[in-house]
Parts: sequence; structure tokens; C-alpha cells
Amino acid sequence: MDNQKKNNQFQATMAITKASLSSIFRSPSAVVFSLLFPLIFIVVFGFIGGGGISVDVGLDKKSDTTNAIIQALKGENSGVRLNTTDSQEDMMTNLKKGSLDAIINVQQIADKTGKYKVMVQLSSASPKNGQVFNSMLQGLVNRINFSDNNIPDLKVQMDRPQIIEGRAYKSIDFILPGQLGFSLLASGVFGTAFVFLSLRQTLVLKRFFATPIKRSGIVIGEAISRTLFALAGSVVIILIGKFAFGFTLINGMVTFINMLILCTLGLIIFMGFGFVVSGLAKNESSVPPLANLITMPQFLLSGTFFSISNFPGWLQPVCKVLPLTYLNDALRKVAFEGQNLWEVHTQIFIILAWGIGVYALAIKVFKWE
Amino acid sequence: MNNSKKIITVKDLVKKYDKLTAVKGISFEVYEGEIFGLLGPNGAGKTTTLEIMETLRDKTSGEVLIDGFNVDKHQQDIKKIIGVQLQAAGYYPNLTLNELLSLFSGLYNRKIDKMEMLGMVGLKDKAKAKHKELSGGQKQRFSIATTLINDPKIIFLDEPTTGLDPQARRNLWDLIREIRDKGTTVVITTHYMDEAEQLCNRVGVMEKGEIIAMDTPDKLIDNLIASGFERKKEVKKANLEDVFLALTGQEWKDE
Repeated sequence: MDNQKKNNQFQATMAITKASLSSIFRSPSAVVFSLLFPLIFIVVFGFIGGGGISVDVGLDKKSDTTNAIIQALKGENSGVRLNTTDSQEDMMTNLKKGSLDAIINVQQIADKTGKYKVMVQLSSASPKNGQVFNSMLQGLVNRINFSDNNIPDLKVQMDRPQIIEGRAYKSIDFILPGQLGFSLLASGVFGTAFVFLSLRQTLVLKRFFATPIKRSGIVIGEAISRTLFALAGSVVIILIGKFAFGFTLINGMVTFINMLILCTLGLIIFMGFGFVVSGLAKNESSVPPLANLITMPQFLLSGTFFSISNFPGWLQPVCKVLPLTYLNDALRKVAFEGQNLWEVHTQIFIILAWGIGVYALAIKVFKWE
Repeated sequence: MNNSKKIITVKDLVKKYDKLTAVKGISFEVYEGEIFGLLGPNGAGKTTTLEIMETLRDKTSGEVLIDGFNVDKHQQDIKKIIGVQLQAAGYYPNLTLNELLSLFSGLYNRKIDKMEMLGMVGLKDKAKAKHKELSGGQKQRFSIATTLINDPKIIFLDEPTTGLDPQARRNLWDLIREIRDKGTTVVITTHYMDEAEQLCNRVGVMEKGEIIAMDTPDKLIDNLIASGFERKKEVKKANLEDVFLALTGQEWKDE
């Protein structure tokens, strides 16, 4: 009989998911906030930032030129203009002026194991592009290090660049993860808060209580529905970003899936905030102030539009405590630098820690009627 | 009626909120297959009593048995055999009636013939309409349809005709009688006297948390007349409501 009960609860929960999903898709505000707004920002910033990335990099005169890295940089679609003609002195001058973004020097390591060392010089005069190049290079190095290769033991070691910490870049690769993260936050907080407040106030919840479904079934059904909706939106945003604006998914399908996993995790945590708000709000007009209290600071301070390194030192701790900061960071690292989920485990753990705290609070304040 | 089994028993039911005692120790029974009404002014404790029977509210003390199931211990069993219509309850507003019926069919784990259900309440042509597009009378009819999805033994209706025009009220009364005739027990609350008189087999009159009278409507009236009551105004053989109905009378008239 117990299996039958579980089956019944599952069927009931799925009925709620189906109804809720139909309801969300027909609600114009949900679609607008989750999809339209992020896309508008992406289009605007995408056009501002220009099509692809293009950095000017000088090739150190002493550098080895036959290795795979330099070959890749010389390629048509690398996004790098490799300068091989200027003299070393000129290149250094240009680097200081900022008309050259970086100088790269690849050396074979003397122990004849076939390993290479990459050294990069950046400039404070061109921090944006320098940082972009450094990230690109890191991605390139990772690809080479972990790819199947006919050449045995070709390992590349990359030194830390001499000058680091540029300001934010304005390319699509920075903007899209930020917009994605924010759209998940908005959907999770506002969407969940409004839906549950409305269900509670219009006595829809009360009517459900008179049926055999358990309370947890109602919450889970709604949560699944919102997650499916947000994931659908995320997929649309990423695909439009990739095919219309050249957003980088550096390891293709694997990166895409990793991003969706991060999105799901972020959304689940953000829904916790939504549950808290729906419990605290007394009516519909109380929802926006509470929800904005949670979303606005993150909109501004979590690296949605520009890197948090732009903010003064005293504000940094605030930025570094917000969950969206870590989601955006993880999304960027996965998409652009090709990191896998284990490599962003710090960000994931912090997001999870927030999740535990938020859900503990939600269980206390959530109201059923 | 005394041959029927008692399908609901309420003994010494008390419900206290912080400083207010909404229900002050009432007892009554409902027999299977009857329409039982709780009649009284607003604030009398009718809705609270109903919600306790529906397992939607905890009681302070007393015993309530629904078809033999104890309201404290067997809530899931009770939920399976009752249908509930709440005062002013909503549904997902953007969903069509078909989709809402699917939702409740899933919640009750019951396959239903949606057209047949809608047909019972005269809403077949509104199957694909969204719930928010319905008129008040149609919404009430639809909510009665949702009470019948799990083929319940008892349905509870909280003020089912509040806010409806005379035509819609009469139609709803016919529907409720049909449901009773098919064997379902009906418990309603109302503050409309004519509704209690026309519809209910037995009526419990509630005021300020107590039942002050309980009997069939006829006997209640007879008792009053027997105590020497006389109506102040002469009663005509028809009233204005009859005029209205004669002039506008149509089945299932909608706004």
C-alpha cells in the first residue's frame, strides 16, 4: 500500500507541476522578466562591446614559435593579432603605451621533456584586453594540456602573468553570464514570492489542502515547474548569445551542460529567498520592496554588468558575500576559461551555504494561509 | 430519516482562538443522503465548524467523525471521500476549465470524463474558457464540479449562492438537489433563510458559536407558529422574486 501512496503523491505533484507551468507560460510578466529583459541587455551590450574579441599581442623575439600555443594564436579565428614584425624595444614601448595589450614568450623547458613554459607580460595601460588575453590563453593552455595528442607528454606550464588585474571587459562573454545569473535571481525571488502569495491569498492553497496531496508535494510541484521554466529561458539566452553574438562555450556541449547545472543550483537557492518573501509579505504590494531588497544590491554589486574590482576596497567585502557574485563568477569561469564544476567548487560551496541558511529561514517564516 | 446511518457525528465541538471562542461546544449528526444546513448570521461559527469537518482547521476539543473516520487521526482518509467548496476560493486564473479539471483529477488520482463533469453543471461549452473569464454564477458551478471529481460521499458547500442573482441561485439549488438524489450527502452553510427552507432536509440554527435550534424547516416553522407568533404584514400569494423569475425565466441563464 505504501508504494501506491507514493505513486499517488507523485501523480498529484506532477499534476501541480503541469498546471503551474501552464500558468507561468501564460503570465506575461514572467516571460518578460525571465527572457526579454536579459535579452535586451545582452543585445545592447553585445553591440556596444563589438563582435568578437580582438587583442594585440606581441611575440617576444626570444620566443619559441613552433609550439602549439603560438600556432593557435596565429590562427585565423584566435581573436589575437600577433605582432611579429616590431622590434623588441618598440613592442615594450607600445605595451607601456597600451597600444599593445600583451607580450608572450614561450620557452622550451631545459630538461628536454618536451614541456613548454609560457610567460606573459601585461600592462596597466591596457588592463581590459590584457585580462581578456590572459583568460583566453588560460583556456588555450587547458585545452592543450588535456587534449588527446599525438605528441606524447606535451605539457604546457603557464607562469602567472607579470602584471595582472585589469578592469572589466565589455564583451558578450562578460555580460551574458551576468544577465543569466540575474534573470535567475529575479525569476527565483519575484516569481516564487508572487506565486505563493497569490495562491495563499486566493485560497487556491486552501482548496489543495482538502485534497490528499501533501504540503511538500505542492511546494515541490511548483518548484519543479519554476525550474523547468527558468532552464528553458536559460537555454534560449545561451543559444541566442552563442549563435547571434558569438558567446564562447569553450568546450561546447560539456560547457553548456555545466552552465545549466550551475543555473539550476543558483535558481534553487534563489527560490529559497522567494519563499521567505512570500511568508513575510502581507499582500501583493509588500512583495516588491522585500524582493528588491534582495535583488537590487546583487544587481549592482555582484558583477552583473561590470567586474566587482571596479568598486572601492571597502565595498569589496559586501560584494564578496552576495550569492549572485559567486554564481556569475562560476558561470564565467566555466564558459570562458573552460573550468569544470570541480574547479569552481569554492563558488558552489558558498552558494550552497547560502542555500542552507535561506531554506532554514524559509521553513520558519513560510505561511500556508 | 432516522433509518439512515449517521454519516457525520459532532460531539461537544469547541474551537477557541486566542481570546475568542468561535464554537462553544456544539453537537449534531448528519444522516447519509440528506441535505443538512447550518443556518445563521455572519460570525455565528458556521464556516469554522465546516472547516473543522473538512480537516482544514484544528479543533480545540470535542470529537468529529466523518464516515467513521476521526478528524484528528485519519485526515488522509477523509480527504479522499469528501468534496469541498470554499467561500470565494480561486484557481490558477490563466488555466482553462479542462486544465483545472486535469489538475484536480491528478490531485485525487482519479481519471474522469471531463465533458461529463462539465455537463453536470452546464458548462460544456466553456471547457476551453479560462477560469478568470467566467461569470460569478459559472464560477460557482465550476467549483461544484470540482467537488464531485472524486465521487465523494459527502460534499461541503460554504455559502454556495452568495452573490448570485435569483435565476442562478435557483439553478444551483436544482443542481444540489440532483447531487443529493444521486446519493451524496450535502452539508451547506448559509445565511439565506429561503435557501435553508427550500433546500435543506434538516437545519441547525447557529448563533454566536452555539446551536440554538435543530429540526426540519417545516417543524421549526410549526413550532414558532405554535408559540403564538403572527406575521406583521399580510403575505401575498406571490412576491417580487416570483415576478422576476416569471419574466426572465430561462435555464442556466448567464450574465
